[in-house]
Amino acid sequence: MMEQIVNILSWLMLTSGGFFVLVGGIGALRLPNFYTRMHAASVTDTMATFLVLGGIMLQAGLSIATIKLVAILGFLLLTSPTASYALANAALLSGMKPDAKAESNSEEQAQ
Amino acid sequence: MITVFAVFLLSLLVITSIAIVRAQNLFVAVMLMAIFSLLMAANFFILDAADVALTEAAIGAGVTTVIFLGALSLTAENEKKVELSRGLAICVVAATALVLIYATFDKPKLGDPEAPVHQHVAPWYLSETPNLVGIPNVVTAVLGSFRAYDTLGEVFVVFIACIGVLFLLSARNESDQQSRRSSPDSIGLRHHLIPKVVGRLLFPFILLFGLYVQFHGEYGPGGGFQAGAIIATGIILFALLEGEKRALAAVPHSVLMGMVAGGAMMYTLVGVTSMAMGGNFLDYSVFSSDPVFGQQLGIILIEAGVGITVCGALLTIFHAFAARENY
Repeated sequence: MMEQIVNILSWLMLTSGGFFVLVGGIGALRLPNFYTRMHAASVTDTMATFLVLGGIMLQAGLSIATIKLVAILGFLLLTSPTASYALANAALLSGMKPDAKAESNSEEQAQ
Repeated sequence: MITVFAVFLLSLLVITSIAIVRAQNLFVAVMLMAIFSLLMAANFFILDAADVALTEAAIGAGVTTVIFLGALSLTAENEKKVELSRGLAICVVAATALVLIYATFDKPKLGDPEAPVHQHVAPWYLSETPNLVGIPNVVTAVLGSFRAYDTLGEVFVVFIACIGVLFLLSARNESDQQSRRSSPDSIGLRHHLIPKVVGRLLFPFILLFGLYVQFHGEYGPGGGFQAGAIIATGIILFALLEGEKRALAAVPHSVLMGMVAGGAMMYTLVGVTSMAMGGNFLDYSVFSSDPVFGQQLGIILIEAGVGITVCGALLTIFHAFAARENY
């Protein structure tokens, strides 16, 4: 019984994690400008990391693998938002404007 | 299940490599190369080659990307248009591809235990490693002890590559010197507070993990090559965050040169010592009254030599590219 609950919970977490990755991927492809795309990819990725690794942790149970997964989770939760921040900061410093006007301009250029 | 995953990864590899060939912007190509290396590392891991996967991830996705970016900052961002007829090139590539595909028909199936490569010396390595070397990771035993000559050759290849890069890059162009000189303090991410803080937080753990990979190589995947690359990525991260000058102050050029030469020297000296103690070149059994312990001692020593050389060489090449900007 207990095992079943853990299983169902872990599969729920894995599936919703996969869903978030999918949404992030679609967002990164479909959103109009650089900042919105990056936002879509980075925010969903952080959530998905948490869900997917949590799901695997429930599958692994109390073992050495879970401790390694916690370490990976900590590492990813630190580095992945930092990487997104560095990317956005680099884009801003290189003169990419995050306002709506620049967005419409870039769309006009693209067309 | 694993086959589905492998096929998925391999098709991603093909897509990435086509994208690399088609990319006109070199920056995009470098980023795609990093993705390619990461996919390759995952592929190696599926094929149960964890040691190779570690190397590919650390060197391919980590160090080479930074070195490529360093090289890119010295050149143009876009690929030069080449005015060549592509017909001949496509013919040659297509013919080679067909010959290679024809050759794979004679190949044994993947993982076939009857394949010649698994019937040659591999069974002997697998059966004798527990008796002769006594360590769980057979890969380390093969690389460090049974085939120590090959590894010595690889270390010298790294050594020579490092010298070659230094020779090519340290040639100064006097007329260029004034125009391109910028203050070295401006390198580094001064405006990037968050990456700097997180980088400082992660830096000791990267070094610790590198040392773990170095000294745990007898028991799990890892060893000198991987550890050297991981420690080098840690120090390159430090150099990216704090500026190249501070990284050079922490690990000066003289130390790096000493590491590159010293590691290779250490490896050779282990071999010479074993000769002096009455064994063959790189036969570690003579180091101790217990031959198994002697083997383990020898492997630890030569892995340390490999790690020191690889770490020193990667850092020297990185600094050679980074310093080139200031000439």
